[in-house]
Amino acid sequence: MSTITPEEVEHVANLARLEFNEEEIAEFTHQLGRILDYIGKLNELDTTDVPPTSHVLPLHNVQKADDAHPSYDRAVVLDTAPSAEEGYFEVPKVIE
Amino acid sequence: MSLYQLTAHELHEKLKAREITSAELTQSVIDRIDAVEGLIEGYITLTKETALQQAEVADVGFQRGDEMPPLAGIPIAIKDVICTKGVLTTCGSKILGNFVPPYDATVTTKLHQQGSVVIGKTNMDEFAMGSSTENSAYRITRNPWDLDTIPGGSSGGSAAVVAADEAICSLGSDTGGSIRQPAALCGVVGMKPTYGRVSRFGLVAFASSLDQIGPFTKDVTDCALMLNAICGHDPMDSTSVNLPTPDYTKYLTNDIEGLRIGVPREYFIEGMDTEVESIVHTAVEALRECGATIEEISLPHTEYAIATYYIIAPAEASANLARYDGVRYGYRAEEADELIEMYKKTRSRGFGEEVKRRIMLGTYALSSGYYDAYYLKGQKARTLIKSDFDRAFEAVDIIVTPTSPTPAFKVGERTADPLQMYLSDVLTTPSSLAGLPGISVPCGLTEGGLPIGLQMLAAPFEEGKILNAAYTFEQHTNHHLQKPDL
Repeated sequence: MSTITPEEVEHVANLARLEFNEEEIAEFTHQLGRILDYIGKLNELDTTDVPPTSHVLPLHNVQKADDAHPSYDRAVVLDTAPSAEEGYFEVPKVIE
Repeated sequence: MSLYQLTAHELHEKLKAREITSAELTQSVIDRIDAVEGLIEGYITLTKETALQQAEVADVGFQRGDEMPPLAGIPIAIKDVICTKGVLTTCGSKILGNFVPPYDATVTTKLHQQGSVVIGKTNMDEFAMGSSTENSAYRITRNPWDLDTIPGGSSGGSAAVVAADEAICSLGSDTGGSIRQPAALCGVVGMKPTYGRVSRFGLVAFASSLDQIGPFTKDVTDCALMLNAICGHDPMDSTSVNLPTPDYTKYLTNDIEGLRIGVPREYFIEGMDTEVESIVHTAVEALRECGATIEEISLPHTEYAIATYYIIAPAEASANLARYDGVRYGYRAEEADELIEMYKKTRSRGFGEEVKRRIMLGTYALSSGYYDAYYLKGQKARTLIKSDFDRAFEAVDIIVTPTSPTPAFKVGERTADPLQMYLSDVLTTPSSLAGLPGISVPCGLTEGGLPIGLQMLAAPFEEGKILNAAYTFEQHTNHHLQKPDL
């Protein structure tokens, strides 16, 4: 594991749909670097034959019956939206 | 004693005997809130009017002589990360500053089914990310035992309002210690049930493989009653487990003769507060006097838990928090004229610093080229941490540890250094990663008058064992009866 660079911080910010000014990029580079150094402690562990745990319970492929149920009223759901029009969520322009 | 000071089970007897009404009780709690909330600031939203209406509904049942559930007419506070239909649910974040859910979480529905009175929504670290409640976008909650200190977190509001008698009980959520740590620091009982024991439907997601809802109460009997009310399988949460739900009060026998208790040597870490260490050792001796056998055990991967947690939890959070995009609910940055720009501006302004830090950390750990080194490595370390507990529970019934390595710290003391704040959870994250049930009970005060918590852990779905050990300890010692001077 390597310490993170300002360029990587900018790349990750873009992936996460966040934007930062230069000062914030510098601060994140420093802080994330320290946290990642600490996390590097895990390299002390030999995990060659250890299976990963993604879920603590022995649950697999929980399925439910394919029954139709009434859902929330469209108007109620759209009511929480910052902007809605004619039954749709409204967003800024997507395509040039 | 004023009504607001009593426990739910004491109040239930009085309500049933018609010595008091829920309306009087609710008014008593409201008066208490009016008197001390200015000092504590444990609530984000108060629902006094609807609370009094719910109290009147409960009173009709009591007056008719109906068989009323144990939490009927009892004023309960709910952490602001749990959805309440028609009541603002902010998660302590600006990005949900105007979010009024169109539905109730399953636990909220279950409290309504009991006929409980919902008194308000409590303050928290934004999206439950923090250990001091200082990451709230709204206010700094104070510890009722010392107003210069933090109440712990992330469910700091839920812990503080119970400690300050501003609610009889409350609900919180625990991802890496967010119920147990604030319970310890505020001198109340707090329980994280086994992962899957309580439905997460309507709990705003932070780290889905770790999050679990649980109660804060003034004693262990109330904790069992709250767990009875909220646990059980829910078709709306596919990770909730379809197992029978026992009456947890039946486990409270005040008899732990022969109970095998393990005390892990790795939990008495370097840099631990010496008063915490000695108070916890005294508590362990008290359990021995009650008839338990005490043995030292080893959980060798304990020191890797924080590193593992700070890969897994932020990774899951980065995925869960992708939904806050300014489209369907919450805040939107208005002036962007293109979609991606709108996402970026909305998220950068709507989220606080710690949330952004964790989204960044999680996105990095999951990004191309780093997945194996971080996320997969973390999941493998998680297996090792879980196996430590599996092995330990072959030899002992429960594990007893300090809940937090220090008592409540000063407001502002750890905000400058995120890593230092993360280490506050060093004794609670290992069991969270293993999905185990855990409870924190008050076990004494420091010389400075700050509460210390005793953590008890059991194998999955063995809540009954730790509830009884905690109950027996409580009956034997009475630390839970100490109250802050407010």
